[in-house]
Amino acid sequence: MQSLCFNPAAPGFPPLQNQNNINLTLKSPRPAPFAPQYPRRMPTRRPHRTPVQAGVRAGGRDGPENSILPNLHEALLNPKHDQGSSTAANRVRGSLPGDQPGRATLRGKRRPIQDGCAHVTPWQVAILDLFPLRSSFPLSSPWGNEGRAAELRGNCTMLGLSLREVSAALKQGQISPVELCRKCLSRIRETRFLNAYITVSEDKALKQAEESEKRYEKGRALGILDGIPIAIKDNFSTAGIETTCASHMLKGYIPPYNATVVQKLLDQGAVLLGKTNLDEFAMGSGSTDGIFGPVRNPWSYSRQYREKRKPNHHRVDEDSNWLITGGSSGGSAAAVSAFTCFAALGSDTGGSTRNPAALCGLVGLKPTYGLVSRYGLIPLVNSMDVPGILTRCVDDAAIVLGILAGHDVKDSTTTQDPVGPFILPILRDVSKLCIGIPKEYHTPGLSSETQALWSKAADLFESKGAKVVEVSLPHTSYSIVCYHVLCTAEVASNMARFDGLEYGHRCNVNVSTEAMYAATRREGFNDVVRGRILSGNFFLLKENYDDYFVKAQKVRRLIANDFVKVFNSGVDILLTPTTLSDAVPYVEFIKEDNRTRSAQGDIFTQSVNMAGLPAINVPMALSSQGLPVGLQLIGRAFSDQQLLTVARWFEEQVQFPVIQLQELMDNCQSIFQHEKLTSVSLK
Amino acid sequence: MAAPMLQWARAGRCWLLGPCPRRMILLFAEPGPGRVRGQSSAAAQEPRPGAQEWAAVVGLEIHVQISSNSKLFSGSQVTFLAPPNSLVSFFDASLPGTLPVLNRRCVEAAVMTGLALNCTVNKKSLFDRKHYFYADLPAGYQITQQRRPIAINGSLTYSLGVGALWSPSATKTVRIKQIQLEQDSGKSLHDDMRSQTLIDLNRAGVGLMEVVMEPDMSCGDEAATAVKELQLILRALGTSQANMAEGQLRVDANVSVHHPGEPLGVRTEVKNLNSIRFLAKAIDYEIQRQIKELENGGKILNETRAFDEKLGCTVSMRDKEGKQDYRFMPEPNLPPLILYDTESLPMGADPQQVVNIDRIRESLPELPSVTRERLVEQYGILPEHSFALLNEDGLLEFFQNVMKETRAEPKKVIGWILSTFLGYLKQRNLAVSESPVSPSSLAELLSLLDDKVISQPAAQQVFEELWQNQGKSPGQIVQEKKLELLHQQEELEEICQAVLDQHPQEVMAVKKGNHKVVNKLIGLARRATLGRADPVKIKQILEKQLQ
Repeated sequence: MQSLCFNPAAPGFPPLQNQNNINLTLKSPRPAPFAPQYPRRMPTRRPHRTPVQAGVRAGGRDGPENSILPNLHEALLNPKHDQGSSTAANRVRGSLPGDQPGRATLRGKRRPIQDGCAHVTPWQVAILDLFPLRSSFPLSSPWGNEGRAAELRGNCTMLGLSLREVSAALKQGQISPVELCRKCLSRIRETRFLNAYITVSEDKALKQAEESEKRYEKGRALGILDGIPIAIKDNFSTAGIETTCASHMLKGYIPPYNATVVQKLLDQGAVLLGKTNLDEFAMGSGSTDGIFGPVRNPWSYSRQYREKRKPNHHRVDEDSNWLITGGSSGGSAAAVSAFTCFAALGSDTGGSTRNPAALCGLVGLKPTYGLVSRYGLIPLVNSMDVPGILTRCVDDAAIVLGILAGHDVKDSTTTQDPVGPFILPILRDVSKLCIGIPKEYHTPGLSSETQALWSKAADLFESKGAKVVEVSLPHTSYSIVCYHVLCTAEVASNMARFDGLEYGHRCNVNVSTEAMYAATRREGFNDVVRGRILSGNFFLLKENYDDYFVKAQKVRRLIANDFVKVFNSGVDILLTPTTLSDAVPYVEFIKEDNRTRSAQGDIFTQSVNMAGLPAINVPMALSSQGLPVGLQLIGRAFSDQQLLTVARWFEEQVQFPVIQLQELMDNCQSIFQHEKLTSVSLK
Repeated sequence: MAAPMLQWARAGRCWLLGPCPRRMILLFAEPGPGRVRGQSSAAAQEPRPGAQEWAAVVGLEIHVQISSNSKLFSGSQVTFLAPPNSLVSFFDASLPGTLPVLNRRCVEAAVMTGLALNCTVNKKSLFDRKHYFYADLPAGYQITQQRRPIAINGSLTYSLGVGALWSPSATKTVRIKQIQLEQDSGKSLHDDMRSQTLIDLNRAGVGLMEVVMEPDMSCGDEAATAVKELQLILRALGTSQANMAEGQLRVDANVSVHHPGEPLGVRTEVKNLNSIRFLAKAIDYEIQRQIKELENGGKILNETRAFDEKLGCTVSMRDKEGKQDYRFMPEPNLPPLILYDTESLPMGADPQQVVNIDRIRESLPELPSVTRERLVEQYGILPEHSFALLNEDGLLEFFQNVMKETRAEPKKVIGWILSTFLGYLKQRNLAVSESPVSPSSLAELLSLLDDKVISQPAAQQVFEELWQNQGKSPGQIVQEKKLELLHQQEELEEICQAVLDQHPQEVMAVKKGNHKVVNKLIGLARRATLGRADPVKIKQILEKQLQ
């Protein structure tokens, strides 16, 4: 049924059949050398398409990120697709862009660059090759559908591209930086009901785009990101742009300097669209606890999710059933997922980048602690914070990491060793890899679907020749309580500077300095922040310090040593779930308090921060509800490149579907039109 | 942070009050109003029959501002008396997201100071956060070294008395518990009229060394002498200007009293000591106060007291309710500070990135105690003179410059410098560097004196002239004022004969055997030469003529 052509005017989509099969979301086997083989569990579907050529590899997530194209593709190029017996598996595959017959036409034209970093999706290349100039894009396209062709030229074509693709398009003049920026800004406007952005710096972004345009005209582009719109979580300092941490305490605070990571992106010519929403001071795992309100998961409005919803869900209660993004970098995740930007920065202290990445179907990279500068990142837990990267594919994450990584004299905790350049070699053979499956991660709260996907992923590695072993991280269960002590202690310390004197909120009380402090902090922080400050100060009291803080530090060491032992035993990569389940509706989520939610949300991700290791969420498949489920890969410290290489291999194997968003969002927009989302200030 | 260390002080290391201050002649003490001075000894002067003697225990915490171009963790400049808030980086103002970056110079200064104070320099030291809310502490915490400071277990030797009473036993040693690197705070200016507080963050984040001295001292004089010696060492090293008036050296004293053999008493902390003189006075006052309080059946509170310069006493500072819990925790943004020696230095290490303790040890300048020994040996001057030379900033250099250019004996030079020259400076409240008389002028003057070109009184006259009229050399002044000694025998004989002729009565008296009258005649003869004759010579001539 997904072969029904996308029609913006269509009133809706028929409900999906065969919903029970939804956990079979892995791609069916392909004859290609690197295609996954699941003879045991997957219904074998011998492909009726051109075999993948060894030399031209599937683009994977580099492919179109937009709902239109796969459908279009499916409709145009795969007409014989068995509509009647459309299972969840093939439905998903149907959405996949990378494995289409059209590529055959490209053979020899775009070969992957030998370093393995270039792989433009074949269909995209086809478009580029056929219609090198957007102005000359023929109305009567060989795709046989003028409407589609027009759409291809529209926002979403460009907005769904990978970084390499959009960079190439900019270079070749397919689109200008200003046009691209405008498209993103209008996309932000269209999706403002998601509440992904706190501040949209429209004027500044356009100015940056204009400057980028001038550079392109002179043929002096700064770098691969020149002219590419990005978004930054609102806890990174941005010179001249309000940085709030979603807290009253910093409302109106305009930093006079750029965080190092922000500066590095700007130095590459990236266009900074705005600042994305989060939990107040990044304390949360839902992006629901900031003063600007919760972030909505774009997948709430995806065709995949809507179609899977039970029939008794009607339009009426749709608004109350939207899903959380996860957090605390939920705004960044929503921004990337909804195609408002090409990459976004999050921060990751206990899983704040990987968690929303998992729930929003994105790649979320937490680099090794010390690889990327924290200067300018408003801290949560200094010893665990890492700037995180949210992108739609692993290759994009590697590109951004390559720009961000490296020593920063302003951050003494960054490595002084040379790093990068994070160009990912193509992994052809995983037989030398050893994948560890930590047995302690089989926790009671883990949903059976996630559990099943996790074992499928393990099987996938095994079937491709990798050694998959069960390993033990015995101190995992202490991670949450240990994190609680260490996190709150650092929070208590870090938040001490917010006293209303130098910057940020100040109350009207002026009886005494002490009274002013107390009132300012009471007014400025929400309950979560105040609660953590209180606990943290309790743990740091002289009489408690040894019993709590010192003990927690010792446990942290044990947790870190667990990883060291496992990696020393020959394991290269650990494979775990990222979250307990797929995204839950907001109304469900807020039934628990922030602490419980954070403990649950961070359960698989937190200990990685304790150990400072690199970890990445790779979206694997859709759940029975049509929502993304991601898995986490964890690597040795400073083996980010290896981690990304394996992640990309995995990404290619699983062929996660693209969110199908457009028409539903169009519908939703009218719903939200009357809503006043004052938090989104389009300046 | 000396609070706990007082409790662990070595038993039996406390001194009786009596003998200590009486024996010494303070090198630096200026005559005070006398009300407080010497009170510590007074406490033991008249022990009531049967009453036990009191012993006082004094420990010091000294905050030394490191002399560096930029602050401890930021690139802001360090300058005294800059316009308010003109030297404040984003980090100093604690803007969120900023991080500390350790200043290499401050580390080297601390290592240097540690070595000079015979400390063990820790190859690995750690930074901690000490939390308290105060308006001039923007981050809400101070970065310090609580758990593992950069240097530990040192000692400082100081000499209490010199001169006639000088003896090696007056040389004392105070143990240095530790030296830690930490941030200075900003300054609060309280405007009571408008009930507002103004904050200047220029000082916020300046590098400090906190030198913690064990409670090995027993009176104000000991403490003051130890601090003076520390000051000299710091200046010799160049690690601090150590100027108390400018707040580059701040001393807090922990004081308690007890009966010898009994556990230490409750201590008080005395703050607000901004000169060495007041430090001694405040400690002695505090010892006295505590003894009186205890003898009257009172109790000593563990409190902070401030010294009131005008009243000459310590007063209780309103302590913030309850005890402060600083909630120390490790500073997560600074990795452990690793220092190397030549042996442990990693191969190919960037010299800009490592601090080599051995290299610093090799480059240590001469320390004051060594300088003094050298002066005594080299110039044959008295030990107390060597102290005096070092105690005045720039005086040693002045002395050495004079010595380079003059033919005069070092003993003569030192006499002139310590009495005449220093006297002039003190009278006019000038520093050595502000002296209108240059070392070479003084050297020339002393050479003239030494060559007997002029007499001692004439030399005084020339010095006065030099002080008043800059630009003239001593030679010029001598010529203009005709101050040269008369050397020609005939001329002098004539003058003497004239004197004898004019005073027959005196001549008669001498001849009758009253030899004291000769002195009168000598005086008359000298007056006749306008002081330009050598009295010894005149005496010889007169005696000859009288025979």
